[in-house]
Amino acid sequence: MVADPVPLQVAAELFPNGISRYAVGGLLVGLGAAVIYVGTGISAGASTFLESTLSYVSGQSRFQQYVASRDWRLVFTLGIVLGAAVYAVVYQGGAWTTDVAWWRLLIGGVFVGVGTRVGKGCTSGHGVCGVGSASKTSILGVIAFLLTAIVTAQIVAALGVTP
Amino acid sequence: MASATDRHPLFIPLILIGGLIFGFGLAYSHMARPEVVLNFLQFEDLGLLFVMFGGAAVTGVVFFVMPRVLDRAPLTGGSFERRLKSFDRNVLIGGGIFGVGWGLSGICPGAAYASLGIGNVTILWALAGMFLGAYLQGYWRSRSAKTNAAVTGAD
Repeated sequence: MVADPVPLQVAAELFPNGISRYAVGGLLVGLGAAVIYVGTGISAGASTFLESTLSYVSGQSRFQQYVASRDWRLVFTLGIVLGAAVYAVVYQGGAWTTDVAWWRLLIGGVFVGVGTRVGKGCTSGHGVCGVGSASKTSILGVIAFLLTAIVTAQIVAALGVTP
Repeated sequence: MASATDRHPLFIPLILIGGLIFGFGLAYSHMARPEVVLNFLQFEDLGLLFVMFGGAAVTGVVFFVMPRVLDRAPLTGGSFERRLKSFDRNVLIGGGIFGVGWGLSGICPGAAYASLGIGNVTILWALAGMFLGAYLQGYWRSRSAKTNAAVTGAD
């Protein structure tokens, strides 16, 4: 059997599942944000939903700035859930559940909730809309969360926690 | 921003359609699965780079073109601006904290909503954590805002 050329071997190692699912998915994520932007001028991010929804149940002054946008942010999130459900029905053929330990999800979630809101954005706000805006703030934010995420995930894996 | 009373009738439907495409894309990219994100962060599959940069490429084009084509957004009358937020150390501190959580759990907010959509009920742990974290920082910042106002005696 003839070995693949070296670049192909490297690509197969770095991208064992190919790139099409990632690239097509990413283009669709961008398209979803673009549809909203073209109609409304709003660059939507996913993590503001956490605070805007808390404004329904909490009188803390921090959340009041999101009262005006909380209903459409709820609709946006509902759309995300339903859009993913369409994928599950069409391509997945049923529910899929994670094997990641519950305590990793819970504790990690707390850090995500604090960090995205203090840091002014998440993977969609900074990563997709901010980077698309060539915003220096967002690019620095992405570098910050990407680096700490890589270090954290590598340490957790090195400690033998799987998954 | 349009308030609930004087909104264009197509405003909410358009938000829903945008969300549907956004969520379908997140599921299609497999980013809604924490294992895939963890594999990326452990350099076992770098495909996830294409999700973020694929998304940013589309928004980049639209953010560049729209202000040159239209003065005002049709459904809100809002202007077309890029997403530019002011930089301060909170961007790095918050980003760093978010990264620790993302690296521990393998899930970020948008992907968590999509994860629920693909039937991953276990992700409710992460969503509960995110709401708790968002509440904690909101509680703390509301208090420190109040203290600052009391100290300076002004807004």
